[in-house]
Amino acid sequence: MNLNLIAFLILFPFVVAVIQKFVKNNKIRGGVTYIGAAAIILTVAAIAATWITKQESIELLVNTEIIDKVIICGEVFLVCLITYLSFKYKKYPVCLLSIVQTAMVIWVDVAGPELEEGAHLLIDRMSLIMMVIVGVIGSLICVYAVGYLAGYHEHHKEVEDRRPYFFMLLFVFLGAMFGLVLSKNLLWMDFFWEITSVCSFLLIGYTRTEEAVNNSFRALWMNLLGGLGFATAIVYTAVTAGTVDLGDLVAMASTGSIALLPIALLAFAALTKSAQMPFSSWLLGAMVAPTPSSALLHSATMVKAGVYLLIRLAPAMTGNQVGLMISTIGGFTFFAASMLAIAQSDGKKVLAYSTISNLGLITACAGIGTSETVWAAVFLIIFHAVSKSMLFQGVGSIENSLHSRDVEDMGGLLRSLPKLAWIMIIGICGMYLAPFGMLISKWAAISAFIDSGNVLMIIFLIFGSATTVFYWSKWLTKLVSLKKVEPVKNVTQKNQMFSLYIHACAMICLCFVFPLLSAQYVLPMIEGMYGAAAPVISDGNLYTMAILLVAIVVFPAVMYLFTRNMTDEYTQSYLAGVNTGDGSKFVDSFGGEKDLVVSNWYMDGIFGEKKLTVPCTIISAVIIVVMLCVIMGGAF
Amino acid sequence: MTTKIIFIVAYLILAPFIGGLLDGIDRKISARMQGRKGPSVFQPFFDVAKLFNKEVLLVNKAQAFLVLSYLGFIMFTGALLYSGADLLLCFFTLTTAALFLVLASCSTSSPFSSIGSQRELLQMMAYEPMVILTAIGFYYATGSFKASNIVAGNMSAIVYLPGIFVGFVFILTIKMRKSPFDLSASHHPHQEIVKGITTELSGGLLAITDIAEWYENVFLLSIVGMFLINTSVVSIVAAVAVVIVVYFLEILIDNTSARMRWDKVLKLAWSVTIIAGGINLVVLQVLKSLI
Repeated sequence: MNLNLIAFLILFPFVVAVIQKFVKNNKIRGGVTYIGAAAIILTVAAIAATWITKQESIELLVNTEIIDKVIICGEVFLVCLITYLSFKYKKYPVCLLSIVQTAMVIWVDVAGPELEEGAHLLIDRMSLIMMVIVGVIGSLICVYAVGYLAGYHEHHKEVEDRRPYFFMLLFVFLGAMFGLVLSKNLLWMDFFWEITSVCSFLLIGYTRTEEAVNNSFRALWMNLLGGLGFATAIVYTAVTAGTVDLGDLVAMASTGSIALLPIALLAFAALTKSAQMPFSSWLLGAMVAPTPSSALLHSATMVKAGVYLLIRLAPAMTGNQVGLMISTIGGFTFFAASMLAIAQSDGKKVLAYSTISNLGLITACAGIGTSETVWAAVFLIIFHAVSKSMLFQGVGSIENSLHSRDVEDMGGLLRSLPKLAWIMIIGICGMYLAPFGMLISKWAAISAFIDSGNVLMIIFLIFGSATTVFYWSKWLTKLVSLKKVEPVKNVTQKNQMFSLYIHACAMICLCFVFPLLSAQYVLPMIEGMYGAAAPVISDGNLYTMAILLVAIVVFPAVMYLFTRNMTDEYTQSYLAGVNTGDGSKFVDSFGGEKDLVVSNWYMDGIFGEKKLTVPCTIISAVIIVVMLCVIMGGAF
Repeated sequence: MTTKIIFIVAYLILAPFIGGLLDGIDRKISARMQGRKGPSVFQPFFDVAKLFNKEVLLVNKAQAFLVLSYLGFIMFTGALLYSGADLLLCFFTLTTAALFLVLASCSTSSPFSSIGSQRELLQMMAYEPMVILTAIGFYYATGSFKASNIVAGNMSAIVYLPGIFVGFVFILTIKMRKSPFDLSASHHPHQEIVKGITTELSGGLLAITDIAEWYENVFLLSIVGMFLINTSVVSIVAAVAVVIVVYFLEILIDNTSARMRWDKVLKLAWSVTIIAGGINLVVLQVLKSLI
């Protein structure tokens, strides 16, 4: 593996970002984005290809004095930026969080204890998976954003057009993510970690409305709180163990030669980043930003950084208090967020809750930390990234055409916007239905939870999956419903459809290559982490799944051909004899005509935000505080 | 392998006859409970045959293939079970199958079938936890999710799973859409939701949903039987007896209770799941850690 390729992958997005900042012409910006995205995807492909021929983990960069100085400068810049903005918008406490943690990290770097020399970058199976997700999905989202923002600014004249800035942030984000998943050194990781926090903060505040500013600061303080945990973990590890290497830390914690406190703090940071309860509100607030940034935050980048770190930490969490804390929070979030999703009719909000919920499941898997659960977590990450990115982009395009992203307005979508409706159907089915990817992983999670003997987790999981079935299915029913709709002009551009089609293909292909991916790639990875790994779902079951997969596509299709000419006679639906006209209206009790409106169930009285948010936040906050106190008690 | 195929073929051929017959017996017993004579036990078959001769009226073209897919996937589910497959996989497939019916009904945008399908989804949400818990219970009791291993134990699973058995029988009433849980497809027409989820289905398509329901009922009762079946022959006799008792119980409950509100259904079903299923599981877990 050559270092140049890796360095290029991390630095190139930053270069593109700088170029984006100075491109004022929309056409040229499109071109720059396409070239940038293509180059990133090709680089990722090249790295993956060279890796496959060798199949071994590679550590890089031992002496990095100059780069370390650059990173310190970068951190100082971030602090200045946050301080400036927090004063500008009068949110003073936020800058304190930033200043304190950066001071801690810089102290370790400059004046801290003597640290062991070691590699700073690591390319192994796990980082390669993340690299592919970030590279491919992230780049496609950038491509999608070119068309989306053109439509967005046409409809939202009130929002100042700051596209150069927006695209700059997208690429900075990608660069930071590459840095994060490739770093082995905690100081480096912390730097990239902080860039993603700041980037998401800036993206959320894109429209500069009051709501956007408030939400962006909420995202910032929550993530900085996590960052503080990260920084404290670094200081603790550096002082007590004389190392800032993630791999060493995990190895030491697994053997018990260092206290669990730094693991707990890092996991805490991951909880904030992955928007687990009680920190889920920042991700919900992030919806105010244009959709591509939501897609990026929810699928390929931000939240995945958190669960990525948790998977790295998983071997050190098996069967101890940290694992208990993380798995309980994850399981609880999985269930609570999927209940909250039921009462939402705003499409993006449903997606947001579903992200939180699915991340909860991944978190729970990582927290339990056995080889089986980590297997499930890895596949959940992969499938979720593809599905969720596709769904966000789909909803974004629907919103641009329909001027609404409310699920209730998507009735008859299969007729008015057939292509987008199919994208949504594939995406939604992929999220929860047998035999698609997410379900296989959920299935594996159930099996693995049972073996770990954690009854509470099982309860969370079975109730959570029941509520998941409900909120996705009712969205699906809306899409296929028959409704007389005004013709809608599909304003989705080619570049958007390009991204959507690739996602749809990737999603379907993944279901088919899944057994191969598991046997050839993920199982060896788990073996590397745990020393042994057995397939969680037996081959026999995977074949059955494959048959089912074919069946679910072929069977309805054949039946469609069969029944296509079953009858020529179409009738109006039954309305107790009071239908008028084409059946979309009826005569009310005063003899006047009324539009027939059919609506889904939301059950606000049971699952509403007003009812659940506060208790769920309190419960999860109490769990975290109590568990952290217990762990700290063990450390001193 | 050959026994597997025989089982699958036997299920696919016999299930509709058994299911239809059970339906006929249901109607006969119900009638007697209500002081009527009731139709012949073969009446369901005559009804279905007659429906097939009727004209199919569609609101939406999609209805037809969605209903057929519903039948197809129900048959697939049963075949999976009788091939001895993983129980969780069977239940997941069953959910997929159920969704096809919901979609068929929603695709019409009829207010009656829409409310029926929303209620059906609610019922799914109510019984799903217990269904998965049942599979998990079997795993605790027998160490395997595979139907073929579950029925090959030395001891009947019900010995370990009394709570889960009660919970499963409870949700069976919801799954069979019997009163007091007949929310989604009210038993009798001329009620406020007409026939709910099947309102817009007519002729052959309605007949197909009936047949699918027969397949499904046989599948569900087979699960009830699995609680008892082990290697001994006696257990099979016991299983048949228990299935008959459970089915009679369903008819009795159906005839003696009025429909419940949806929120009560949800709360009740979840409470039963937690109390009967959850406690059973905790006890098993404790026993496991002791031994």
